[in-house]
Amino acid sequence: MSILSKHKFIETNASLLLILSFLVVTIGGLVQIVPLFYLENTIEKVEGMRPYSPLELTGRDIYVREGCYVCHSQMIRPMRDEVERYGHYSLAAESMYDHPHQWGSKRTGPDLARVGGRYSDDWHLDHLRDPQSVVPESIMPKYGFLERTLLESEHIEDLLKTHAIVGVPYTDEMIEAAAADFRAQADPDSDYDDMLERYPGAQVRNFDGQPGISEADALIAYLQMLGTLVDFSTFTPDANR
Amino acid sequence: MNTGTQNYVKLVVLALATLFAMIAASYARDLAYQVHMVIFMIVGAGLFLTTLRATDEPIKPIPTNEYFDSVVRAGVIATAFWGVVGFLVGVVIAFQLAFPSLNFEWAEGYANFGRLRPLHTSAVIFAFGGNALIATSFFVVQRTSAARLWGGNLGWFVFWGYQLFIVLAATGYLLGGTQSKEYAEPEWYVDIWLTIVWVAYLACFLGTIVKRKEPHIYVANWFFLGFIVTVAMLHIVNNISIPVSIWGSKSVQVFSGVQDAMVQWWYGHNAVGFFLTAGFLGMMYYFVPKQAERPVFSYKLSIIHFWALIFLYIWAGPHHLHYTALPDWASTLGMVFSIILWMPSWGGMINGLMTLQGAWDKLRTDPVLRMMVTSLAFYGMSTFEGPMMSIRSVNSLSHYTDWTIGHVHSGALGWNGLITFGALYYLVPVLWKRERLYSLSLVSWHFWLATIGIVLYAASMWVTGIMEGLMWREVDANGFLVNSFADTVSAKFPMYVVRGLGGVLFLSGAVIMCYNLWMTVRAAPAKAALGTAVPAE
Repeated sequence: MSILSKHKFIETNASLLLILSFLVVTIGGLVQIVPLFYLENTIEKVEGMRPYSPLELTGRDIYVREGCYVCHSQMIRPMRDEVERYGHYSLAAESMYDHPHQWGSKRTGPDLARVGGRYSDDWHLDHLRDPQSVVPESIMPKYGFLERTLLESEHIEDLLKTHAIVGVPYTDEMIEAAAADFRAQADPDSDYDDMLERYPGAQVRNFDGQPGISEADALIAYLQMLGTLVDFSTFTPDANR
Repeated sequence: MNTGTQNYVKLVVLALATLFAMIAASYARDLAYQVHMVIFMIVGAGLFLTTLRATDEPIKPIPTNEYFDSVVRAGVIATAFWGVVGFLVGVVIAFQLAFPSLNFEWAEGYANFGRLRPLHTSAVIFAFGGNALIATSFFVVQRTSAARLWGGNLGWFVFWGYQLFIVLAATGYLLGGTQSKEYAEPEWYVDIWLTIVWVAYLACFLGTIVKRKEPHIYVANWFFLGFIVTVAMLHIVNNISIPVSIWGSKSVQVFSGVQDAMVQWWYGHNAVGFFLTAGFLGMMYYFVPKQAERPVFSYKLSIIHFWALIFLYIWAGPHHLHYTALPDWASTLGMVFSIILWMPSWGGMINGLMTLQGAWDKLRTDPVLRMMVTSLAFYGMSTFEGPMMSIRSVNSLSHYTDWTIGHVHSGALGWNGLITFGALYYLVPVLWKRERLYSLSLVSWHFWLATIGIVLYAASMWVTGIMEGLMWREVDANGFLVNSFADTVSAKFPMYVVRGLGGVLFLSGAVIMCYNLWMTVRAAPAKAALGTAVPAE
């Protein structure tokens, strides 16, 4: 094979070896990643998706911080048992505002893509405090400290602003009202109509039943909205996708 | 610029950095960031003081007639240390999954599985594996280029800078500073720091190749170079994010949802492909021929499998996303390339194994060589299992289950672990100028403990993985699901204990290795000095 003897040319030239190997390793990524940004059917057009409310977004950050994604996926595959167990398969549109995604890669615990509305707030609170008290077989760690850790919303505006920079459609109004919306969602006695207008379908409750807004409030608010936004009565799958 | 002025510039830079870290620590919005800034402050102040004390002292000339081995020795120690730490955390979290009460409540979440798991993965991949790669690549590139490591003390910057990265990453996970991208969890400023260290690493490595005395660049160095360049690309693209504030650890990823998942697994699979495969193949291409005292089996095979491996691996990422919201065309591409990848992977294995041609008898007498050969066998096994699991229909069963965890560990413990142990056993007598290892029978003990540990680990994860995959999808005659999710969790318990025990065996093997290497340095007879020092320049 005479072509292999030409390899001498590459392996005696460090810059050539560097440049060629770099070119070779860029091709796969370019072909697989770049089209995802401009092919129109990558993300379905669906009704109902909206950015996370400030409280939900804070809860999502706690989900990330505690490494929940390590054991819980948020991606239901279109298989009989999964649709039966967890609900409609996950759409790309449902994670379009997830920076970063939380699809996960392992189900040490069940999928959470549609956990919203499945259990009561009290169940979630008990489950976070002591998972084995509601699911005896569970091997999940206890997260009782979440309800004891109170949240200040002092930097919530910055958080929304940063999400707006990367393309989440937070309006100036939403950013300005972020701290107020954060408090309103956890307080059913507040004036939350404006918040609901900005974040349709957001659930307003004192999620942990205790005074003050705790990390458990935020996390449960996030869990209770997971997978509830898309209106599936208006969704038709694209066969070419 | 003379060295005096250089020192003053260094002092100013260090003073400013320390001052900034001090200010940042007081403005910190979260604990992880605050602790990290205090660490930066202490390191900066310490370096400032040592630099200050050395000012106007006569500067010791850097020897140019010998290899830069002190940094390799430090790397060997760091590899062994982080290896034991990483395996220990692995054993702890394995038992946490069997006995959830080990997630101690008094630790207020700081020691829960969700925070320790990234600590384990990063400790073994980046701390143990990374230090092994840096140390061996520095060793190999100097020998095969017949040149001292380029860049003077830059090698030390790479070593200590990398240790700082490890400490920042590890403490960050415990304190909640994570961006949740698997195997790339550190936050933005830690990513920036790693980028700086990595560029210095590339400079040291490439600089040494450029000033080599040998006309040809040795095959091990192709793999090391490919690994360094590709990891730089992957690291930068996967970590593009915007910090919420420069006074806090939180950042927001630029990509979202489906694109972010694709970028993540393009990165994630090639952390395996380039960090844990290409780099370690570089290690293999030097230490296996050395230990077997035979030349590499086939030069042509190494050319073909090098280019095929680096071209194909980068495509394999989307096989992590079968049946997800990623468009089918992308995951199909990922599957096809993953299967083709089987061939160059086995090309590397065959090239390594066949290097023993004419030296197979050494397997009976040399446990270090036995370790290296077994690592190649595990490499071959997991690079067959991987393509098989990337087939969509197999993946529909194996995805989300323990099978994936077992697969990763047969590669990581079997291939990366054993080849690294082999390299350490080769390096310590050479670097500390000892006649031989302290005890070969301890190496045998290590070999068997590690091998049995891996077998227990992989076998128990096959059982739980396939079992839970089947239990999840089982439906009765009326079409109802048979098992609740909780049923599958409790069914896995015995196998989780077996897995933990496998980990204990693997860890005890590593502890025995540390003792053996320590005693080699302390008690093994010194090598008779050669007539003259081997000149590097």
